[in-house]
Amino acid sequence: MSWNRKDLLDIQSLSADEIVTVLDTARAFKAVGERAIKKVPALRGKTVVNLFIEPSTRTRISFELAAQRLTADVVNFSAEASSLKKGETLKDTARNLEALNADVIVMRHSASGAPHFLARFLHARVINAGDGAHEHPTQALLDAFTIREKKGKIAGLNVTILGDILYSRVARSNIWALTKLGANVTLCGPPTLVPKVFEKMGCRVTYDVDEAIEQADIINLLRIQHERQRKTMFPSIGEYTSLFGLTAERFARTKPEVLIMHPGPINRGVEIDSQVADSSRSVILDQVTNGLAVRMAVLFLVNGGKGPQEVAA
Amino acid sequence: MAESTLILDAKAVERALVRIAHEIAERNVSSAEVALVGVHRGGVYLARRLGTILGGIWAQPVPVGSLDVGMHRDDPDRRMAPTMRPTEIPFDVTGKTVILVDDVLFSGRTVRAALDALTDLGRPKRIQLAVLVDRGHRELPIKADFVGKNVPTSQQERVRVLFREEGWLDEVTLEKAPLV
Repeated sequence: MSWNRKDLLDIQSLSADEIVTVLDTARAFKAVGERAIKKVPALRGKTVVNLFIEPSTRTRISFELAAQRLTADVVNFSAEASSLKKGETLKDTARNLEALNADVIVMRHSASGAPHFLARFLHARVINAGDGAHEHPTQALLDAFTIREKKGKIAGLNVTILGDILYSRVARSNIWALTKLGANVTLCGPPTLVPKVFEKMGCRVTYDVDEAIEQADIINLLRIQHERQRKTMFPSIGEYTSLFGLTAERFARTKPEVLIMHPGPINRGVEIDSQVADSSRSVILDQVTNGLAVRMAVLFLVNGGKGPQEVAA
Repeated sequence: MAESTLILDAKAVERALVRIAHEIAERNVSSAEVALVGVHRGGVYLARRLGTILGGIWAQPVPVGSLDVGMHRDDPDRRMAPTMRPTEIPFDVTGKTVILVDDVLFSGRTVRAALDALTDLGRPKRIQLAVLVDRGHRELPIKADFVGKNVPTSQQERVRVLFREEGWLDEVTLEKAPLV
């Protein structure tokens, strides 16, 4: 068990041991959310800034609530209502926030690598809440947490990620996390959105959706990221649904103990049928609950001091 | 290798726990209200053992819980983030006499954190403190109600406790600080 990092920027650079540390820590924080008093003083006096240059509701609320449950003060900063609109650079915005003694900056940005850039010159801790199509580390951690919680393990499980992989930071972070933890990851979707080159990350690519879901222990569905696609990558939504959507008919052919996951927001009738989303195999809302615990754990861990752990009695 | 002195061997640990259990029974006449809560890690093993002994004395089971105080410490940014273990208190602490159990009492900061963590879970009628070893050097006004052994130490020394639950023979040793 070890965590000695100032920032959480991506999953790619984490070791399996560090990922497991986050998951174990999150388990303790999940219990806090189930108590009458859902708050602990772990980050008392700290200031967390949600710097969301790209719009987000669920991730921002999750981080906001996580920080509040750790007794930190939270400031929400969105691009629309900021000086970025007046021409201030990201670096200057971040420096201004640090001048206000922000301890943690949680950042979402449409450009890949933006949090890495901030982390290089800020003393404040930086948490990546999604950077372009690059990574969304806390989503992968909460997905891994949910799988481990429901299945008791991750190693050896068959995880199929189905949908828009090319534009998905969730997919990239999930592939890194799950392969590091020993799962067999299969990617599936339209060839335009699932290039073969992803196999270099240590997973399998197939375009046969029936084969991809039949042996899966977990099916993680991804939304089509219309906002990130520069041109139409498939003929129509209707064709996508008939070829790659998790319809009730396809769902009937999955393993009986399969878990259906989705990072949200779900598009009912597009990538997932309503009755599948609402079925007992769906853990979509567990993911939301666990996301809070995982984000509490990450905020807590990056705030830890440096050096060897002192065991004071 | 740091020089080490044996303070308690397995038999002495057992004797200390039996004595503490009897002291707890003597102090708390109404056994129905008493619950034990061990502080991770060592305190949890000791709380479970005390629970078994007390259960024998009172001829009724004594509820035992475990508490992680990592979220309530006053020094989170002065040390690496601690390893979290689940807090499991399978009973309502409100109205109970809760006996906090830890292995070594030193600065008192762990106990302070434990008091906060415990009061987040409810309002115990009273809280008492049982420790296997009190090594002095308190930094807070905290005192144990039940002590296995008082051990005079210097600030630099280290008290090391081994537990049979982790595959060792029970043992408490005092390790001299290595000369730097």
